[in-house]
Amino acid sequence: MTNAWTDIKNTDLAIVMGGNAAEAHPCGFKWVTEAKANRGAKLIVVDPRFTRTAAVADYYAPIRPGSDIAFLLGVIRWCIANDKVQWEYVRNYTNATFLVREDYGWADGLFTGYDEEARRYDMTSWEYQIGEDGFARVDPAMTDPRCVWNLLKAHVEVYTPDFVETVCGTPKDRFLKICEMIGTCAAPDRVMTSLYALGWAQHSKGAQNIRGMAMLQLILGNVGLRGGGINALRGHSNIQGLTDIGLMSNLIPGYMNLPRDSEPDFATYMASRAFRPLRPGQTSYWQNYRKFFVSFQKAMWGGAATAENDWAFDYLPKLDIPSYDILKMFDMMAKGEVNLYFCQGFNPLMSFPNRAKLTEGLSKLKLLVVMDPLQTETAHFWENHGAFNDVDPAAIQTEVLELPTTCFAEDEGALVNSGRWLQWHWPAATPPGAARGDVWIMSSIFRRVRALYEAEGGAFPDPILKLSWDYADASEPTPEELAKEMNGRALTDLADPADATQILLAAGRQLQTFGQLRDDGSTMCGCWIFSGSWTEDGNMMARRDNSDPGDAGMFLNWSFAWPMNRRILYNRASADLAGKPWDPARKLIEWDGAKWTGYDVPDIGVTAKPGEVMPFIMTNEGVGKLFSRKGMVDGPFPTHMEPFESPVENLLNPALRGNPAARVFPEDLAQMATGDEFPYVGTSYRLTEHFHTWTKHNLVNAALQPEFFVEISEQLAAEKGIRGGQQVRVWSKRGEVWAKAVVTKRIKPMICAGKTVHVVGIPLHWGFTGVARKGWGPNSLTPFVGDANIQTPEFKAFLVNIEPVEGGPLA
Amino acid sequence: MNKGLSRRSFLRLAGAGVAGTSLGALGFGAAEAAEVAHVRAFRLTATTETRNTCTYCSVACGIILYAKGDLKAGETAELLHVEGDADHPTNRGTLCPKGAALKDFALSPTRAVKPRYRAPGGADWQDITWDAAFDKIARAIKDDRDQNFIARNDQGVTVNRWLSTGFLAASGTTNESAWLTYKTVRALGIVGFDNQARV
Repeated sequence: MTNAWTDIKNTDLAIVMGGNAAEAHPCGFKWVTEAKANRGAKLIVVDPRFTRTAAVADYYAPIRPGSDIAFLLGVIRWCIANDKVQWEYVRNYTNATFLVREDYGWADGLFTGYDEEARRYDMTSWEYQIGEDGFARVDPAMTDPRCVWNLLKAHVEVYTPDFVETVCGTPKDRFLKICEMIGTCAAPDRVMTSLYALGWAQHSKGAQNIRGMAMLQLILGNVGLRGGGINALRGHSNIQGLTDIGLMSNLIPGYMNLPRDSEPDFATYMASRAFRPLRPGQTSYWQNYRKFFVSFQKAMWGGAATAENDWAFDYLPKLDIPSYDILKMFDMMAKGEVNLYFCQGFNPLMSFPNRAKLTEGLSKLKLLVVMDPLQTETAHFWENHGAFNDVDPAAIQTEVLELPTTCFAEDEGALVNSGRWLQWHWPAATPPGAARGDVWIMSSIFRRVRALYEAEGGAFPDPILKLSWDYADASEPTPEELAKEMNGRALTDLADPADATQILLAAGRQLQTFGQLRDDGSTMCGCWIFSGSWTEDGNMMARRDNSDPGDAGMFLNWSFAWPMNRRILYNRASADLAGKPWDPARKLIEWDGAKWTGYDVPDIGVTAKPGEVMPFIMTNEGVGKLFSRKGMVDGPFPTHMEPFESPVENLLNPALRGNPAARVFPEDLAQMATGDEFPYVGTSYRLTEHFHTWTKHNLVNAALQPEFFVEISEQLAAEKGIRGGQQVRVWSKRGEVWAKAVVTKRIKPMICAGKTVHVVGIPLHWGFTGVARKGWGPNSLTPFVGDANIQTPEFKAFLVNIEPVEGGPLA
Repeated sequence: MNKGLSRRSFLRLAGAGVAGTSLGALGFGAAEAAEVAHVRAFRLTATTETRNTCTYCSVACGIILYAKGDLKAGETAELLHVEGDADHPTNRGTLCPKGAALKDFALSPTRAVKPRYRAPGGADWQDITWDAAFDKIARAIKDDRDQNFIARNDQGVTVNRWLSTGFLAASGTTNESAWLTYKTVRALGIVGFDNQARV
């Protein structure tokens, strides 16, 4: 989230599209209710199902799963055509005025540079015109046909209300009503917030769905303001923190990247990370990358990371492909290329697509190690549970270790919420049985491996033997020790660059902020964006002062928010070019003639003069990007793409299947269906009574929603002869499930491209372990393909068939 | 609920200290005070309160855990009750149908409570000690890494990666666990590394 949960109360209009906050995030959704009750705010819901969020909306429209880009670009087209644009914001705070290379273009659903065989774009042309001074060329009058604004206008021209209705199945009058409601928020003193979740992310073009809304929010001037922003409602209690700390194939903590094979040494690695400003006087904060990176290496390898060895650059693994994400790893597993696999609090058998392929992969491992508070399906994948897990244990040679871990009630530390607050929590209960914490388990494994390398030598032992392990009790580092490492500290006295006789921070002291980081090895820091979370003043994450000056919803003395305790990202954009708030009644920060002051920590140099330094300090341009240059592999603008399995062709180019830049493995492509074979659109979702496959282990929640069901319209039920409560079989080209049918008015057929499209809703909370009745998840059915940029699986739009069953496995 | 019980509820709310003074002023006599003395105290007043955060979604509602026994004092502590933290700015004491049943998650009958091992082709779990489990894991890591570690690619570039082992981390765990996990996984050269952020 750019903003905080508590800030949603400041909005004038909330749009929930690609999510279902009332059911999946009930206590956060309460802030929408506050805005409605106290500000007269409105709520729009666009969703294939009439969800409980829709039930309390002011306006609802249905949409076919997987057609969101067409809808969003349709809204942008309408806003431009009807002058619903926050012009001062767009001119000054976005790249609307930037000129793009002459050879960039788009035709027939594809951008310039597409290589069909490689399923990849050559992105060379997706770039600004760079002048002789090294800066991007701009046209402040926005009359040049190559300026981003004019390219955008041309790009969205096809997304007429009729096109939207045809592709999305959204009735034109409903679409236009929503455009009008959204358009009111182009006024400088009206603000819309976007609340979305996996309904947008779980598509082969999920990241482009979100970009569509980000662009709309820039055009409306709603990013950086109270009650505005782009708000990803994240699914797990610390999914934000795990991402921040970089527990992903290609990441280094604080959104840095592992080197690639093409970057054989540190100098080459840094050469493409210079982050030179593309406009005069801009901050381009990533210019400090080298400081973050060197300080990270010092946190990892301490004295073994030196200037002479390029800060132990070779201790990091390099990537030969963009990422070894989970889909890639399970594909390798199914091919017998993976021997050991660890699942720490992760149940992939029920959460990744094409369960048959997952079982095949797990069955080819030598050793599977599961660390979890619960008995997960993954740990038990080799057990026969009849139709619910139809395997032959004798044929599965995988060794499995199930290691019991602590849960929230028994552990201490910080979790990062969706609004980037790092909140500390304390343990209250003794772990059950022999359960132990992850830190003790990981330390025990690591120290044994290190001892084996000390005793025996082996493949490149240096990064293992020299890993910094400076803890009072080497067998179990404390949360305090680990949190302090992430915050970072001075390793030598840090002298003031302006006056060498002044020591800014003495050796051994905790950093106050990442502004103190150096690239000469004199500072260490595990995760630069967390700097300031545990300073010499103590644990900032444990702060519990819930006062809220100005009733602004910021709560600056409650916990710690990254970066620098800032609660709203890009908050400089909440004020006009002169530094005055767009809406004086919703002041966030303002320029007082000498500095920025207000209710939030300014997202700009405190003395950076308005009109000179632009608000988007993390970009090279200093402005928000309507045109994302080479930031996304599937286009500098979003373009309509169908799901890989779709009941209709891509109207822009019938030859295209799915996202043309998405990675798809040949065996998986062969397992994808067409609408002729599988006529109905499946989509997965959560229920408010359950959390993933966790709460089926819990008696109360198992009683509230005891068994697996699928949800279909009255029309589809009539067509297929299915009664409410009857057992049905749902199958795709990859698998089948049996469930009770819930026949509902919440889903209605839609008309898309002249065809009737039926949706089958499939909740994701059941499996074969726990205390609820046994069932299946949608992942028995879903296709093995992910988003082109970040490999989030396409769970929200796929093809199935359905039939009534007498005497099936549920009988 | 009978009258006696409802009286007890009132006394619980008033608290024993108040009962001895202001209740007397309200007209309750020595007999009432004597009753207070043997009324069982409100169950939660004898518990240890701990501030915590809901383990489910990223709203991260503040919760208060009530336990019998004080972990900080080195005692065994049993979770008795979970409720929303009214001081928390986001949830202001409210909890959803999942958060309200958090106690049942911690006390689930299907929690994993001991290390277990399943042999190749085996039909059952066998108990294993932590030590034996760690020895097995460490040996497997060492052997597989030594055998499959890629120090250089075909072009002779140092790449130092290990592809035949993968690691999935938990988005329900703390930052601190995550950081220690990051350190160890990366030091081994693992790149098949992920968390639930992709789902």
